[in-house]
Amino acid sequence: MIALWLIVIMLVGGIAAWLVAPLHRHASAWVAIAALATDFALALGLAVGPARTAAVTRIGAFFVNVAFPWIPRFGISFHLAMDGLSLVMILLTLFLGLVSVLVSWREITERIGFFHFNLLWTMAGVLGVFLAVDLFLFAFFWEVMLVPMYFIIALWGHEHRIVAAIKFFIFTQVSGLIMMVAIVGLVLAHWRATGTLTFDYFALLGTPLSRSAATWLMLGFLAAFLVKLPAVPFHTWLPDAHTEAPTAGSVILAGVLLKTGAYGLLRFVFPLFPDAAFRFAPIAMALGVVGILYGAVQAFGQTDLKRLVAYTSVSHLGFVLLGVFAWNELALQGAVTQMIAHGLSTGALFALAGLLQERIHTREMPRMGGFWAMAPRMGAMGLFFAIASLGLPGLGNFIGEFLVLLGAYQANAWLAAIAAFGLVASAAYALLLVQRVFHGPRRPELALPDLAPRELAVLGAMLVFLVWIGVYPQSLVDTVRPAILGMQHLVVSPPLLGRRG
Amino acid sequence: MRDALVLVPALPLAGFLILFLSMGALKRGAVAWIGVGSVGLALVAAVVAATGFWRHGAAPYTQTLYTWLSVAAFVPRVRFYLDGLSLVAMGVVTGVGFLIHLYSAEFMIDDEGYSRFFAYMNLFVAAMLILVLADNLLLLLLGWEGVGLASYLLIGFWYGESLNGLAARKAFIMTRLGDVAFVIGLLVLFNRLGTLNIQDLVRNAQAVWVPGSFWPTLAGALLLGGALGKSAQLPLQTWLPDAMAGPTPVSALIHAATMVTAGVYLVARLHGLYALAPAIERLIAVIGAVTLLLSAFAALVQSDIKRVLAYSTMSQIGYMFLANGVGAWSAAIFHFMIHAFFKALLFLAAGAVIQALHDEHDIGRMGGLRRQMPFTFWSFLIGGAALSAFPFITAGFYSKDLILWDAFASPLGGPAFWAAGLLGAFLTGLYTFRLIIRVFLGPAKSKIGRRPGWLMAVPIGVLALLSVVGGLLNIPSLFGGGAQFTHFLAQVLPAQALRPGVRAIEPDLETAAIGASLGGIFLAFLLFLHAPQWVEKVKSTVAGAALARWWGAGWGFDRLYEGVVARAYAGWARANRDDFVDAGVDGVVEGNRLLHQLLRWTQTGHVRWYAMAIALGAMGWFWLAVLS
Repeated sequence: MIALWLIVIMLVGGIAAWLVAPLHRHASAWVAIAALATDFALALGLAVGPARTAAVTRIGAFFVNVAFPWIPRFGISFHLAMDGLSLVMILLTLFLGLVSVLVSWREITERIGFFHFNLLWTMAGVLGVFLAVDLFLFAFFWEVMLVPMYFIIALWGHEHRIVAAIKFFIFTQVSGLIMMVAIVGLVLAHWRATGTLTFDYFALLGTPLSRSAATWLMLGFLAAFLVKLPAVPFHTWLPDAHTEAPTAGSVILAGVLLKTGAYGLLRFVFPLFPDAAFRFAPIAMALGVVGILYGAVQAFGQTDLKRLVAYTSVSHLGFVLLGVFAWNELALQGAVTQMIAHGLSTGALFALAGLLQERIHTREMPRMGGFWAMAPRMGAMGLFFAIASLGLPGLGNFIGEFLVLLGAYQANAWLAAIAAFGLVASAAYALLLVQRVFHGPRRPELALPDLAPRELAVLGAMLVFLVWIGVYPQSLVDTVRPAILGMQHLVVSPPLLGRRG
Repeated sequence: MRDALVLVPALPLAGFLILFLSMGALKRGAVAWIGVGSVGLALVAAVVAATGFWRHGAAPYTQTLYTWLSVAAFVPRVRFYLDGLSLVAMGVVTGVGFLIHLYSAEFMIDDEGYSRFFAYMNLFVAAMLILVLADNLLLLLLGWEGVGLASYLLIGFWYGESLNGLAARKAFIMTRLGDVAFVIGLLVLFNRLGTLNIQDLVRNAQAVWVPGSFWPTLAGALLLGGALGKSAQLPLQTWLPDAMAGPTPVSALIHAATMVTAGVYLVARLHGLYALAPAIERLIAVIGAVTLLLSAFAALVQSDIKRVLAYSTMSQIGYMFLANGVGAWSAAIFHFMIHAFFKALLFLAAGAVIQALHDEHDIGRMGGLRRQMPFTFWSFLIGGAALSAFPFITAGFYSKDLILWDAFASPLGGPAFWAAGLLGAFLTGLYTFRLIIRVFLGPAKSKIGRRPGWLMAVPIGVLALLSVVGGLLNIPSLFGGGAQFTHFLAQVLPAQALRPGVRAIEPDLETAAIGASLGGIFLAFLLFLHAPQWVEKVKSTVAGAALARWWGAGWGFDRLYEGVVARAYAGWARANRDDFVDAGVDGVVEGNRLLHQLLRWTQTGHVRWYAMAIALGAMGWFWLAVLS
């Protein structure tokens, strides 16, 4: 039941936040915080409780499982399940949700209630994506998280928000549609083979498919996930959307929404189409490496601070793609760690960019510089997250990247070696960011107040988590391990069809 | 007592955290006590740990803190390893580090970033100690990148000047280029040997790999990449002269005494692996020999006091690489230690000069400081004499002499390596005393400001003393000594067998070495004090001027790297700012718009057009149906 509650609290909280808006300027924000904090506490309870004793079974390592019939005629049920992977993704989502509310405190001044409604409903959609184990339900939540995010960009974004929002919507919508077709195709193939019409994930595992059918269906799923991730060359919606979105939108987009693509690869692509996925792996890994390097070079060339950070996401998620398709324990743990660390470090950089824009009304780096002298706390934070972003050992991103490289080396040594050059390229853009914004001659003409206590607390929390993952990653690794072993088990020996109803 | 080991890196780390979290709220006095005190206490802890180490018969000691990570078979731990080698490195880092911190407490007193400075310095010391004490290569990498970060932060410490930022980024990115090779090396090693623990790894390597075979050669070459970047050796050397943009204590600690010698330490630490890769050993020796010569020539014509010392550092590290390359690992480590003493001394004394002359770096505008700053002069002279390997009384003589001897006598060495070292020794005497003559002798050219107070004087004095007596630790048997340092390290770094018959000519080699050193010094006095017109005459010729420019620019490597590689990268990134992939997406958009225009023309609103279209369409379908 708790899985359902997580989503319901978001949906109800969203409506409540909208309703209470007239009462006080920050009333909706407080409601949103209350809803997110409640969810976070619930998820944390799972992390210290059932998640620690999750056992790896034939179908994975799920410790939460709840199902209601929904449209029984088509074999569609409201089926939610949670394993360690979903759990850490949900924790990240809720934490970044809190961050988003707190960094929007002053930025959002119009339609505050509707803003928080959209924020919480996006959260609900994301939670649903991470929990759904019915493919129809999954596709449903995939859309639920998209629409409110479209509104967040289109209503509260910056200068070119409409174009960016439409671009984001079309990319995601079209690729989501292709996935929907593939889902229906898979369900029909299963129906033809067994006579049972079902959208249930566990039932569909191990569906016998011809080689070409498996490839085409897998490509349908990939369309949605590679666009979302994003993999080069499907990434061009990302810089526009991230740049034009309000701060909260950028944090959620980069920190959370991109991860749904990687999650989809882990949860669906490999377990449902193991052979096709392995055949495709060299191409996907190569795309990952291209993304690592191309994203980093592109980041280096930008003058818009948010665009720079947006392209770093392309680079970081390239490591995730590389790790997922290497499909060994090292690489998978690396990919998951990278997702969490990227959510924190990039989320924080977007938050900083937003705080800067709020203060000086520009994102253009040539008009910045020397800010350390005026705002040393902001400078220290900017430096820290830039350093995290370039993968300094002792911080979370390094653990993710190194594990991915270690695992990817076993799958394809050359690609891993090329990917390692991302370490130089990331240093180039991260240090350029620090130089252009915080170092250099001071600009007395600009007034730049330093971080307020609320902002310092938010960024400080993100800093602590990144250090924690870097210094003691084992807590994260242990939570995710059963889920990863479970998925690997599925891929090596999918449950035989017919043994289950 | 050996348990105190963990405190050695932990105390400076705590100092860093306190200074970082205080965010500049502490008073200068408190900052100095924390910043200097944490390193001082680390030195005490190091002494305690070393005492315990000795009491246990100098047996290697490991201290496990916790398991960093455990994924599949990859289980790196946060664990420190103390043996003779890491003991020496730990002693140098804490000892010299403490002296430089003490010096900085006075040197930096007027700087507005006082707290930030000590935070970064403490971070550096902590990371450097993790580097030298790490028992596995992943933890070593943490220290390795940590010192790189601290180096970046401290080179760019005066961030208001954009050029400092450029120098800082150059240092970080160039060393990181080497680190890419290093990381790939870790991937190879883990995948082949199943561990990154240094002792296990070397043992496994020796068990499964044939000397000279592919894998040890590849792994050795990749790890060497990291060492070359960090230690500013060819071809990744160009960042070091620019790194002098940092405050002078930083140059002394990071860019002379400790961090830049990390590559030397790494190769010595993994000597068991390099013994399996003789081709790479030879490469290390060649790189060392070439670097030591090229940078000695470059040092000859520099006009910035700190850049002379920077090129000299590259040159001296070249000697250490040469020693490592011929298998004389303990000679490399001995020179590493002695170099840390005298080069830190030279930088600290240079800092006193620079401060006294109101931030003047150009030796052309210095002179005659001997009378105005006698203490600094004598200290600098001792340091310079040690650098020039002035015979018998300086420590630098014994450490460099050992390298020259091994370069000749080791089975991996030979006359060519020895000759390169000998020429280098000659050049070292020449450029060092050119510097001393320009700065301290001749007529005084400017009034001096502040003289060093006792906080600056004491470290200079102690280092001057060490630059002399340090040699007593390792006097070779030829001069009636016991070579205790070499014997102490022999447990970790085994002595090489000598080529047959070389013992007989040892006295001749010694004589040549002494001659080279004294000859360089003598020529310096001749050229730069007694007959400067000769130098001017050479410089005024076209060839002489061109050569001076070429050497002055460090043989023009920057022109290649910055002018070609960096410019191409930045140029491409800038040219493709709008992302050519997006042009494809825009193409789809334009195509749709075009289609929309075409279809719009069909909507004319005239019924006869629609009727005709329907008729044509029906005919078309009919046609298709009939044909098929």
